[in-house]
Amino acid sequence: MNSLELNNCANCPVHNMGNLKKLGIDMSSFDFVVALAGNPNTGKSTVFNYLTGLRQHTGNWPGKTVTRAEGGFEYNSKRFKLVDLPGTYSLLSTSTDEEVARDFILFGQPDVTVIVADATRLERNLNLVLQILEITNRAVLCLNLMDEARRNGIKVEDRTLSKELGIPVVVASARQGEGMAELINMIFEVASGKYICKPYRIKSNSSELNDAIEKLSKEIEKEFPGLPNLRWVALRLLEGDQSIIDAIRSGNLGNLKKQELVGIENA
Amino acid sequence: MSDSDLRKETILAAANNLRWEVGDNLHDTLMESIYENATSIANKVVEYPDKKQAFSLDRTLDKVLTSRYLGFPIMFMILAVVFWITIVGANYPSVFISSILVDSLHPMLKNFTNSFMPWWLSGLLIDGAYLAMAWVVSVMLPPMAIFFPVYTLLEDFGYLPRVAFNMDPLYKKVGAHGRQALTMAMGFGCNAAGVVATRVIDSPRERLIAIITNNFSLCNGRWPTQILIATIFIGAAAPAYLAGIASAAAVVFVAVLGITFSLIVSWGLSKTLLKGEASAFSLELPPYRPPRLLQTLYTSLIDRTIFVLWRAVVFALPAGMVIWLIANVTIEGNSLANHFINWANPAAFIFGLNGVIILAYIIAIPANEIVIPTVLMLTVANLGLNNLGSGSGVMFELDSVADTAQILHAGGWTLLTGINLMLFSLLHNPCSTTIYTIYKETKSVKWTVISTFLPIILGLTVTFFVTQLWRIFS
Repeated sequence: MNSLELNNCANCPVHNMGNLKKLGIDMSSFDFVVALAGNPNTGKSTVFNYLTGLRQHTGNWPGKTVTRAEGGFEYNSKRFKLVDLPGTYSLLSTSTDEEVARDFILFGQPDVTVIVADATRLERNLNLVLQILEITNRAVLCLNLMDEARRNGIKVEDRTLSKELGIPVVVASARQGEGMAELINMIFEVASGKYICKPYRIKSNSSELNDAIEKLSKEIEKEFPGLPNLRWVALRLLEGDQSIIDAIRSGNLGNLKKQELVGIENA
Repeated sequence: MSDSDLRKETILAAANNLRWEVGDNLHDTLMESIYENATSIANKVVEYPDKKQAFSLDRTLDKVLTSRYLGFPIMFMILAVVFWITIVGANYPSVFISSILVDSLHPMLKNFTNSFMPWWLSGLLIDGAYLAMAWVVSVMLPPMAIFFPVYTLLEDFGYLPRVAFNMDPLYKKVGAHGRQALTMAMGFGCNAAGVVATRVIDSPRERLIAIITNNFSLCNGRWPTQILIATIFIGAAAPAYLAGIASAAAVVFVAVLGITFSLIVSWGLSKTLLKGEASAFSLELPPYRPPRLLQTLYTSLIDRTIFVLWRAVVFALPAGMVIWLIANVTIEGNSLANHFINWANPAAFIFGLNGVIILAYIIAIPANEIVIPTVLMLTVANLGLNNLGSGSGVMFELDSVADTAQILHAGGWTLLTGINLMLFSLLHNPCSTTIYTIYKETKSVKWTVISTFLPIILGLTVTFFVTQLWRIFS
């Protein structure tokens, strides 16, 4: 993207940052819930601070955020509640910080999940991106730390990436505020249903695995029709994930649609 | 069983059967698929530069900072420089602040309140609460305003993970989790935060070890104590031109001693109460980032300096009143404080401490930050140094480190007392906030009690031996 195009974007009324109202911790009567997920140390808290006007502590080391932080912002007269999740490398392990993130994306049912990825380490970050896309249908990829990527001569084709993943990709460098206007706009478009995501699904070479997932998904759908992340639940069941087994027994899984936020409190 | 329950059990049964069909390497198959998918997408969209050129500066820095031979010396050097800057830089603003808050404002407030309050009320409010607060601000604000921004700059730059990287093999050797190094570094800011940070450790055994030993990281509230006492006793024992360096070295020594204790105790725990092997993990070294100076100054002032200072002030106000009360309520002609101090003195002597220090640590359980002001106020009260104040429990004109030193010397403090206070400040119970956090994180009274009393026992043991050896050899 050259600078002329960038200016055009900035001049476009849709991207007008004047529409952004940072609400800090005021999260009363919000219209949408937005989760911020991603690998550790990719700048989630920086994005969070930018959008909410809050000052969560940020630091250049992985594991800085271990609990959930919440804040709000208003854009185009819609109120958004933003939830900053701990950074995780995958959603498949069992440490407390990863559980906080996983449970929120799975049970908290955010309207949009913003996945913050490190542009200089995209391949590794994609592992988590793909896992999140298994869980949720509505996501935006924030390709952060682009300033560092540029400094290191790394080029990322954001449009191709967006096509591949089936979700909007926003090029950003949150420390400088670059790309934040586009990010907010994309959050708005996905939340309000203007942008329909067609998330990438992980393709496995193992036909046994594919068959098993399909069979089990059908079984689950009988009891929990309309569950948005069937494949993921099936996969976790195959792995014998105790928290998913419990959620099925208790029927918690079925409440996903009804409840906006199942309280996954981190003590 | 209802239909719904039946269907649920059918799902679970189906999952069990299918699990056999897929085989037990499901997890590996899945991970492989994810990696393959990620790689194929990345290959389509990412274009890397000439590999040789990229990251060269980061690599070179890492080679030096995490080098087997240079890693630790550089770490100690950086620590020492940070403390040296803090010690040398903090004295001047300290004098300035206390001349305003203590020398000028205190008599004014006292005169004003005396005009309409009974003596005991103005004593309680002004000589107790206000003076303790003024003291905390003038003793703590300057070192914190220098130390925290410098520390935050290091953090933003990306140095902390390198420290963790250097420490990792040591923690592994003692049977603890390598990430404990990170939670330990976090503890250097605040132990309560360090305890919460142990959530990054997934094995409960290793997490408990990290929680129990986090207290061995000197926290915010204890740095000023270390710096002040080191300046007064260690710095003064060295030739004048070496005073700053000697004090900085002493503080680094205590900090490193803390790390050593965390290693020893981790080892002890993983051999006894919390047996087990260290689990493997991967530690990502983030890229170095040029810190943003202004932003860092701002956030470290708001996040850390003001936050810690506010906490100290909040705890200092009631503590000041308590001190004033126990210094002024008398039984049989002697104040409560004096009764306790005289009672505790013989026992404290064995550990090279004194009754004032013991009492100060009891009063200061809510916040380590107020130990030094409490020690000073109690010493003044205990000695009845009326030339220094207008009544017992009151301090006056302590506008420099030299005056503080004078009071402590008058209270019978020696180099040994100073050393022991530094040791005891490192090895004693966590503050009440941390204790509460430990309980919340472990949900166990047993581990909370162990985390609380283990350091005290260690502290008394160490000061006992130091004192006995000192007395034998001097």
